[in-house]
Amino acid sequence: MDERLTDALALLADYTAQHVLLSAAALGLGVAISLPLAVLASRHRRLRVAVLAVASLVQTIPGLALLALFYPLLLGLSGLTLKLFGTGVPALGFLPSVLALTVYSMLPILRNGVTGLLGVDAAYLEAADGVGMTPRQKLLRVELPLAAPVIMAGIRTAAVWTIGMATLSTTVGQTSLGNFIFSGLQTENWISVLLGCAAVVALALVVDWALGLIEAAAVGRRTAPMVTGLAALAVGIAAAAMPVGGFHGRAYVIGAKNFSEQFILAELMADRLKATGERVELKQGLGSAVIFRALAGGDIDAYVDYSGTLWTNVLRRSDLLPREAMLGALTAALRERYGVTLLGALGFENAYALAMRPARATEARIATIAELAPQTPHLKLGSDLEFLGRPEWTALKQAYSLSFAEEKSYNPTFMYRAIVDGSVDVISAFSSDGRIAADNLVVLPDVKRAIPAYDAVILISPRRRNDERLRAALAPLIGAIAVERMRQANYMLDRDSDKATARDAARFLAVGAGLVER
Amino acid sequence: MASAPLIELINLTKSFDGERSHALRDVTLRIDSGGFIALVGTSGSGKTTALKMINRLLEPDCGEVRFEGEAVESLDAPTLRRRIGYVFQGIGLFPHMTVGENIAITPQLLRWPKADIEARVAELLDLVELPRSYAARFPHALSGGQRQRAGVARAMAARPRVMLMDEPFGALDPVTRDTLGTAYRALHERLGMTTVMVTHDVQEAVLLADRIVVMSAGRIVADDTPGALMSGHPSAEVSALMAMPRRQAERIRTLLEASHSESLKYSAHG
Repeated sequence: MDERLTDALALLADYTAQHVLLSAAALGLGVAISLPLAVLASRHRRLRVAVLAVASLVQTIPGLALLALFYPLLLGLSGLTLKLFGTGVPALGFLPSVLALTVYSMLPILRNGVTGLLGVDAAYLEAADGVGMTPRQKLLRVELPLAAPVIMAGIRTAAVWTIGMATLSTTVGQTSLGNFIFSGLQTENWISVLLGCAAVVALALVVDWALGLIEAAAVGRRTAPMVTGLAALAVGIAAAAMPVGGFHGRAYVIGAKNFSEQFILAELMADRLKATGERVELKQGLGSAVIFRALAGGDIDAYVDYSGTLWTNVLRRSDLLPREAMLGALTAALRERYGVTLLGALGFENAYALAMRPARATEARIATIAELAPQTPHLKLGSDLEFLGRPEWTALKQAYSLSFAEEKSYNPTFMYRAIVDGSVDVISAFSSDGRIAADNLVVLPDVKRAIPAYDAVILISPRRRNDERLRAALAPLIGAIAVERMRQANYMLDRDSDKATARDAARFLAVGAGLVER
Repeated sequence: MASAPLIELINLTKSFDGERSHALRDVTLRIDSGGFIALVGTSGSGKTTALKMINRLLEPDCGEVRFEGEAVESLDAPTLRRRIGYVFQGIGLFPHMTVGENIAITPQLLRWPKADIEARVAELLDLVELPRSYAARFPHALSGGQRQRAGVARAMAARPRVMLMDEPFGALDPVTRDTLGTAYRALHERLGMTTVMVTHDVQEAVLLADRIVVMSAGRIVADDTPGALMSGHPSAEVSALMAMPRRQAERIRTLLEASHSESLKYSAHG
């Protein structure tokens, strides 16, 4: 069997379990909030208009944005509870995912709930009054049972939506079947993407089938299918809630942003910890704005970031220091302000650079960014999804007066495709990217030193600052990874065919660093 | 001293459109225990509105309803309704409950013991002449007449002294209608109930009730025994309405006599 498939299948149980728990929690909460709200809304016309309008509005917010919005919201809340009660709420992972999914699941339940309740024939309502039911008895014994088919249809729709949407929670650090999809897209591991999609579809179908049984049983008032449906859901949730392997203390959580190099380095760190017998959990695919705050907040224990990124984005510094001096200043500032430990630099840089195809560069006589600048009005820039919003880009633009004819953002993989096929003339490349060498691109030096150095550094969260096991496991990585080695490791994942897994590439790095025997 | 009436409607007024028109205008009516009263009139005359005020399905704008001497406003509506049987226009059996469960509702709301409820359901099915096995059926599996019998059984389940009936037999075919009407009248007698029935069918009212209240445009225009009303009334509207059953009966009698003499003629020649 294909190694990528076996690797992916090994993760299937864990991802599915987390996906099931997340979806079940969100749907349960969604039903618990929406049903009473639907009952109230069916009684009061103004409330109905308002509630349905808000729910519809929420539905139009892209799912990814909704998830991302809960992060700062919870971070603020966490600060508040920390002040009031001494404990913060987790701003990353399960909580924001559940909240966003709950909000998302509400519209179909609300809408069908209201429609179902308003659709109950007035003759039955009068009959309920006539036989002497109280309003509560009327609701429970007549209105809800008669509206049940419509209400259940809404719950089934919500269930399918929630299970599909839950894949997006990967981006806020909650493990789900989306991990297959996001990491697979990043590394063009289509087997992983397909497996993730298939698992989501299968899960949605099974849940819809079980809810369908319950619905049919409720309408026809038969006990057997009701029991089957409820049992299927209960067994699924219970199985998902069962811990895989025994617990012995909290697992170390290693974070990674959403590109190949990060996946490889996270695996490398995880391997080091596992070698000492520790349990490790990976939170991959975090946005680069989210990941540092996640570390500072203790949601993750360690990850690799880049000195220049921290300097400009976290410390908000725009001045430039020589490489060594900047590392020193960064280490001190991060410890002082956030309690975050900068363990050390891995030994390579992943700087933002501008790159061109050699033929195009020669033809236009461009060898540096300074030479590129006057020609930019005739050139098209392709960048990754973040670059155009980053201070580094602003600094470059100002230092060299760049003004491209067109600026387009791509997923990194597609950005390299765009430069190769000529859709764009210049791209924002990364100096450690294996595809620069593989695609034979020319990197244009930043002669004015407009943007800072980007040494890859290991960061450790405040709560693990005195954790000797963690430090001891990660310390051998400091200064052990050369940029050529990193480029090769990255290319193992990013090349179009014969792709390796992040774990293989991590092993390749470990061998190169002399940490393991070949 | 005359005993207080069982039900009293005192100066009831009701408008559904902010006083532009009135469904009821100053209606006063005393209903004594054991009576069988028919409220008749064209649609929109206010008869159903008056009926629904007795068990508080509607509230008057002005005036008061008294039940056993107490103002119904001061009573808890669900409790009041559990003491009064109500048979609906269009039946109103709950489609998601079996016939047995439908009949058992009010005793259940009153928290009767389970065994008593089961016995009562069986007794009521016998009473309305439905097979006991029908308790397990759903309403949609019954004919119109059977459903109406179940509706009457449900209304009578908690042994109310008073039955309110809103066009109870209106949707039935004439034969079933006559059978059910007669059967109900017998039950009314046997159980000593007080019945207020709304109907637009004067003939039904004449045959079943011992007192007919004629309503028109929200007012009571006549209130007497069927016999008295049929032998004439000062209001032209009332005499026209009440003349109908008599005229029909006379025509039927003429037809019957004619056919009788025909048959005599044939037998003489034969």
